Amino acid sequence: MPADFLPSSAEYLRFLPEIVLTVAATLVMVLEPLTGQRSKRALGYLAQAGLWLALAAALAAQRNPGPAFSGMLLIDGFATFFRLLVIAVGILIVLCSYGYLRREAAERGEYYALLLYSVAGQCIMASADGLIVIFIGLEISSISSYVLAGYLRNDKRANEAATKYFLLGSFATAFLLYGIALIYGATGSTALTEIRRVLAASQLSSAGLLVSTAVALIFVGFAFKVSAAPFHVWAPDVYQGAPAPVAAFLSAGPKAAAFAVFLRVYLIAFEPVTARWEPIVWVSALLTMVIGNFAALPQNNLKRLLGYSSIAHAGYILVAVAAHSESGTAAAMFYLAAYVFMNIGAFAVVGYLAGKGEQRLNIDDLAGLAARQPATAALFAIFLLSLIGVPLTAGFFGKFYIFRAALEARLIWLTVLGLLTSAVAAYYYLRILVVMYMHEPGDATHDLPPQGAGLKAVLWASAAATLLLGIFPSLILNFINQAAGLGK
Amino acid sequence: MNLLDAVLFLPLAGFALLLFIPREKPELIRRTALGVSLVTFLLSLALLIGFDRSSPAFQHVTDLPWISMPPIRYHVGLDGLSLWLVLLTTLLTPVGILISWRHIDRRIKEFFALFLLMEFGLVGVFLALDLFLFYVFWEISPVPMYFLIGIWGHERRIYAAVKFFIYTMAGSVLMLASIIYLYNRAGSFDYGFILQQVVNGRLPLRPLEGLLLFLGFFVAFAIKVPLFPLHTWLPDAHVEAPTAGSVMLASVMLKMGCYGLIRFCLPLFPVAARRCAPWIVALALVGIVYGALVAMVQPNMKKLVAYTSVSHLGFVVLGVFSFTELGLNGAIYQMLNHGISTGALFILVGCLYERRHSLEIRDYGGVATPAPHLAVLFMITSLASMGLPMLNNFVGEYLVLQGAAQVDFSWAVVAALGVILSACYMLWLYQRVFLGAASDRVAAQVYDLQPREWAAMLPLILLMVWMGTFTQSFLPPISASSQSILEKTRANQEFHAQIPREVARAR
Repeated sequence: MPADFLPSSAEYLRFLPEIVLTVAATLVMVLEPLTGQRSKRALGYLAQAGLWLALAAALAAQRNPGPAFSGMLLIDGFATFFRLLVIAVGILIVLCSYGYLRREAAERGEYYALLLYSVAGQCIMASADGLIVIFIGLEISSISSYVLAGYLRNDKRANEAATKYFLLGSFATAFLLYGIALIYGATGSTALTEIRRVLAASQLSSAGLLVSTAVALIFVGFAFKVSAAPFHVWAPDVYQGAPAPVAAFLSAGPKAAAFAVFLRVYLIAFEPVTARWEPIVWVSALLTMVIGNFAALPQNNLKRLLGYSSIAHAGYILVAVAAHSESGTAAAMFYLAAYVFMNIGAFAVVGYLAGKGEQRLNIDDLAGLAARQPATAALFAIFLLSLIGVPLTAGFFGKFYIFRAALEARLIWLTVLGLLTSAVAAYYYLRILVVMYMHEPGDATHDLPPQGAGLKAVLWASAAATLLLGIFPSLILNFINQAAGLGK
Repeated sequence: MNLLDAVLFLPLAGFALLLFIPREKPELIRRTALGVSLVTFLLSLALLIGFDRSSPAFQHVTDLPWISMPPIRYHVGLDGLSLWLVLLTTLLTPVGILISWRHIDRRIKEFFALFLLMEFGLVGVFLALDLFLFYVFWEISPVPMYFLIGIWGHERRIYAAVKFFIYTMAGSVLMLASIIYLYNRAGSFDYGFILQQVVNGRLPLRPLEGLLLFLGFFVAFAIKVPLFPLHTWLPDAHVEAPTAGSVMLASVMLKMGCYGLIRFCLPLFPVAARRCAPWIVALALVGIVYGALVAMVQPNMKKLVAYTSVSHLGFVVLGVFSFTELGLNGAIYQMLNHGISTGALFILVGCLYERRHSLEIRDYGGVATPAPHLAVLFMITSLASMGLPMLNNFVGEYLVLQGAAQVDFSWAVVAALGVILSACYMLWLYQRVFLGAASDRVAAQVYDLQPREWAAMLPLILLMVWMGTFTQSFLPPISASSQSILEKTRANQEFHAQIPREVARAR
């Protein structure tokens, strides 16, 4: 008879996606020195296969939900949703990296391995049910991302991006860890439900300051990861400096996973002390929307513009967090799904148009794209309209859902101000449309190379998802609405 | 599949079809677009068959679930208010395609595809009976217009296009907030259901709450109308748009705002609407006179016509917020009249531009000599626009003035100034452009109307006469609807409490 602290096979099955991803990543690492320079693409295909397997494993794990490893992990609808999402991000990023890495002559196995490790870390975050596991997942995801940001090591900007990301990220992690230590001191546990129980039971008269400090410190850690103001300053520099597919990845995968833990920690563990953190999130959400949208207005560099825009979108999602309700959680989940597709699509177009060494990142370089490549321009237009929030795109329905939850929670001012900043946002997205459709064709769009199959797949799939989620949101809404209960 | 759904979705299907026609075949693209729009128009005419003209109820209704949570339905229907607006849209789309036939000479495929997409959005706005669905159409219809102005417009097209879009966007986000708030209170997006709740007094709104919700809707609509002082996007957009864009903008898109005021602002928030009515009427009156005065001094023909819209639409708002049956009938009638006569004016100005390549009035003079037919049609349209009896605008303006006079005679006096001024600016324009001796350049460049231009203008001219003489062909469904809408603004319990005060004030 096995000792009862040994995990059962059902628990391993629940952990299967992470196992698959780690094995695939390690396999890529091992095979890297054994493959010639010309067959590096095969490693990419291997990574791709690993991601699809992980996707299947995540679906399989959902058939038998429950806790794993002594309550360290919890596989529920919420976890499955975010696992599927970050794995889908991984698939899209690998697909659009083939052509990019070949163009930059930087096709190596370690890129794919790091990506897989990062996705594995994000999967752990999605299913973590305790602060320690959250921390481990966050670190796995972040450390791989730091390296990915500086992957093009001969590029000065990429180096700067990686250093900045690493330094600020480490500080943020330290804050988070400090917060975890304090909350452990106050409640005697790192398990989320246990923390909730203790916080709900105690009057917090003596430990009030301790808990507040802990909640604030953990907020700092998460706010950094989701690039919420005032901890957003790294984001534009990093997105601008990192290789385009990596920037797309950073703005999607780690952010989605960070929001997953944000929601889980604050809506489960810190639910009894909502009054202490709701104002913080409120202010941060508003600041994030205002700073992101207004700072994007004067940008001329496309990657930087998308960087600020992704800050603004984090602000919208924070509004859903501030609503701290089931419909708020559902709205955040839907928005992240919508955001992931439209943002990766936009970054993929930018990465393709930038040309070798990413020399053409100015908005004006898009001049006349619609005349030269109508299909690419039309797809880019779909992503931009979705980012603006025009109906029948996923971005609109996501925004609608978020602000509905916010009004339900009586966050009326936050809603009004948020909607107004989103009208401001229309301006900078329209600038891109203007240049693309209304300016005379320029030199930069003249000799664009043909698109690879991977990139095409990313663009069409993202556009299809953007429209599909916009026109038939029920496709995933029913699942989301069930999962948003967080097991309550 | 209902006939109404076919009218709505046929343009969308046409849009998709055009995307698959290779761009090397411009003639096929034009013909397909025209064919689709003509079939849509014929189908929409068929809506008249079996339409109960005396009932205010929604007809040809389709109601299907769309999104389960929150419950959003694909709910469309037609009543006397939307009937003619839909027909106006489906009529002006083929007209717009006809006048763009040669005028649009680059990126033809995109132009006609976007034109049909715009028709889809505009028809949808008038049909939607679910607030969410309405907002969806409300927001997607300016997107094609933005591209039409920005790509095929004149020199300052980009500025105008962006201004147009940002204005619209800024107005409508607050409407979205109001719609969501209303949903959270009523538990439904369904227009009929919410209206029923309001009428039965089961959706009591605190005064401030009601006022803010009303303003959320009102600002969005007032920008679209456009009501003074929110009109500044309009001259830019009109002047810079290609001819067909100006036509659709003036004739149909501005009506979205008026339609919204009548459909949503009045019956859903009767208390707030009545409370704000004096202020809104004041703005409308200012708009009538201001628009007319500014129109008079414009050196640019298109800008002149654009400012006349500010003036004419002031009448519509005045009629709506007079809260009288005559005024509301007149406002709805005037919406159609303005759509036809201003649309025709833009077409004729577009014809002049195609010949002389200038919009400045001083570049013209004596056009009647080389182009007598053009001059005659312009004269008829001008007379219609200034409200000559037997032509369409007269009926609408008269009803509005009478409705306004029932409430406050001084309103009618100020508004009548607008009628007088409209005669001044239109006749003066006509004199400077068409009369006198033709300069050499005018004589060399200007030729008379072509068959395609005749085809576009003829239905509009006929309608001007028809709507001015046989009012009864058009008015019954309108007055059925406006009666029912006014009844609903009175049925509200909160309003009942206010009646004595209102009566006292009236005396």
